[in-house]
Amino acid sequence: MIFDIANETLPREDLEALQLRRLQALVERVYHLVPFYRRRLDEAGVKPEDIRSLADLEQLPFTTKQDIRDNYPFGLFAVPMEQIVRIHASSGTTGKPTPVAYTQRDLNTWADLMARTLAAAGVHRGDIVHIAYGYGLFTGGLGFHYGVERLGAAVIPVSGGQTRRQIMLIQDFGPTVLCCTPSFALYLAEVAQEMGVDFRQTKLRVGIFGAEPWSEAMRTEIEARLHLDALDIYGLSEIIGPGVAVECIEAKHGLHLFEDHFLPEIIDPVTLKRLPPGELGELVITTLTKEAFPLIRYRTRDITAIDYAPCICGRTIARIRRIQGRSDDMLIIRGVNVFPSQIEAVLMEIPGVAPHYQLIVDRQGALDTLEVAVEVDEATFSDEVKGLQALAKRIESRIKDYLSVSVKVRLVEPRSIPRSEGKAQRVVDKRKLSA
Amino acid sequence: MKVEQISVFLENKAGRLAEVTRVLGEAGVNIRALSLADTTDFGILRLIVDNYALARDVLKSKGFTVGKTEVVAIEVPDRPGGLASVLDILAKAGINVEYMYAFVQHSGKNAVIIFRFDNLDEAIALLQQAGIHIYKGEEVYKL
Repeated sequence: MIFDIANETLPREDLEALQLRRLQALVERVYHLVPFYRRRLDEAGVKPEDIRSLADLEQLPFTTKQDIRDNYPFGLFAVPMEQIVRIHASSGTTGKPTPVAYTQRDLNTWADLMARTLAAAGVHRGDIVHIAYGYGLFTGGLGFHYGVERLGAAVIPVSGGQTRRQIMLIQDFGPTVLCCTPSFALYLAEVAQEMGVDFRQTKLRVGIFGAEPWSEAMRTEIEARLHLDALDIYGLSEIIGPGVAVECIEAKHGLHLFEDHFLPEIIDPVTLKRLPPGELGELVITTLTKEAFPLIRYRTRDITAIDYAPCICGRTIARIRRIQGRSDDMLIIRGVNVFPSQIEAVLMEIPGVAPHYQLIVDRQGALDTLEVAVEVDEATFSDEVKGLQALAKRIESRIKDYLSVSVKVRLVEPRSIPRSEGKAQRVVDKRKLSA
Repeated sequence: MKVEQISVFLENKAGRLAEVTRVLGEAGVNIRALSLADTTDFGILRLIVDNYALARDVLKSKGFTVGKTEVVAIEVPDRPGGLASVLDILAKAGINVEYMYAFVQHSGKNAVIIFRFDNLDEAIALLQQAGIHIYKGEEVYKL
């Protein structure tokens, strides 16, 4: 179902006209209301009246997470505090949280976008939606909550934690829709199994999973274990929270990005030049309608590609690919951009290869070298040298096929690649160590 | 007729082989025969032990990747040309020897050689027809 037919199925021409109008108004507004943007635009030699077409967006400077930090806490707010009705913040794993603000109109927009998101996932009135995203400063819980109410479905605002109790509620209250992180979904499946609860006996039909990157393989596993359709959702607090993009249940192929509110670009994270549709790069978003916390050309650091082809679901708005990784992790090997997640995707396709790997980048003379350490598990182990050498060669040629980069695969013992509680250290760049 | 061999994946770094033998020793597992195939990056240690299940469990619990392979232990006449006569039989039938290594035996006149074939059952049948003595697993573990 399409919640907002008028805006989600606009002919591209009309959509672009709407985007341009909103972009012009946005630039005009921030230039006069936010000293930071005024300074940035002046430095770039751009005036609001210079924005005459969507292509002129490229004249505008980027905004980064560091810019938000530099203006901590409220320096980028574009309305006086009297108009702000909600403040959220990102987790701030690297220090202070990143606060974002909403006017009442922003909250209305957000609820509308989340209603669109839920409708795209096949949620409708009469559904009961179990929200296990955290409620609080994190945008997940409340973002979903208001969207479900806007759609007219029923909310169970469980928030995070108390897994066994959640499973009891899923059995007793009979929610049809589950919203949480993909890893929590799998944890629910594990705990349910311990409790002797079979998800086939619940009424769950659809899961909307996000807030962390996940893979197609994980989708298959979640769908098999929870017996529901698992859909990917994308959002980030800086842009609005959840509700920036979502997969439709009809295609499950790419996330529809609500372009009438968020103007997307894909750039090469090194040259910062815009890339054509289909090419993998960093997603940059300009918020077209936000009042309290607008952002111009915000570098999300998330790696994806964009596709403008209309979808079988009827939506004309563009789709982004499942997030492939972070631009912070990008490597340049002999001039080729390589994301660890791309290597991971190749490894995951080879049966029996454990998902534990490490990339070791070095330089021999003037030439960069990339070594991929892959753990050998029992499924891939062969007691014959030629068997293991064939495995290494197969991985090498698959990576070469996909990324056009020659690598050397080194097979290592299980658990020899360091594990960490948080982000795994996937890359050891010896070029930087010696530089 | 088949003997269970345990294979262990080893990275080429100091102390790994010592670690395997120490783990087995502490568990009271006795090594009957072994061979090590090595490349620049890794090695494969192949072992015949007196208690396969125990060896597998302790090595796995220490994080080693282990595999099970069925091999054949053959009694080869301990005289010039003894091994050649056995290999001839296999070569004529087009059976490939993947690898082989000798067994340490305290008594007896003949040598014991461990073979890994690409076609195990056919090899066993051929050798039996030729009257060559093939050890049973239990015999080998206790030799």
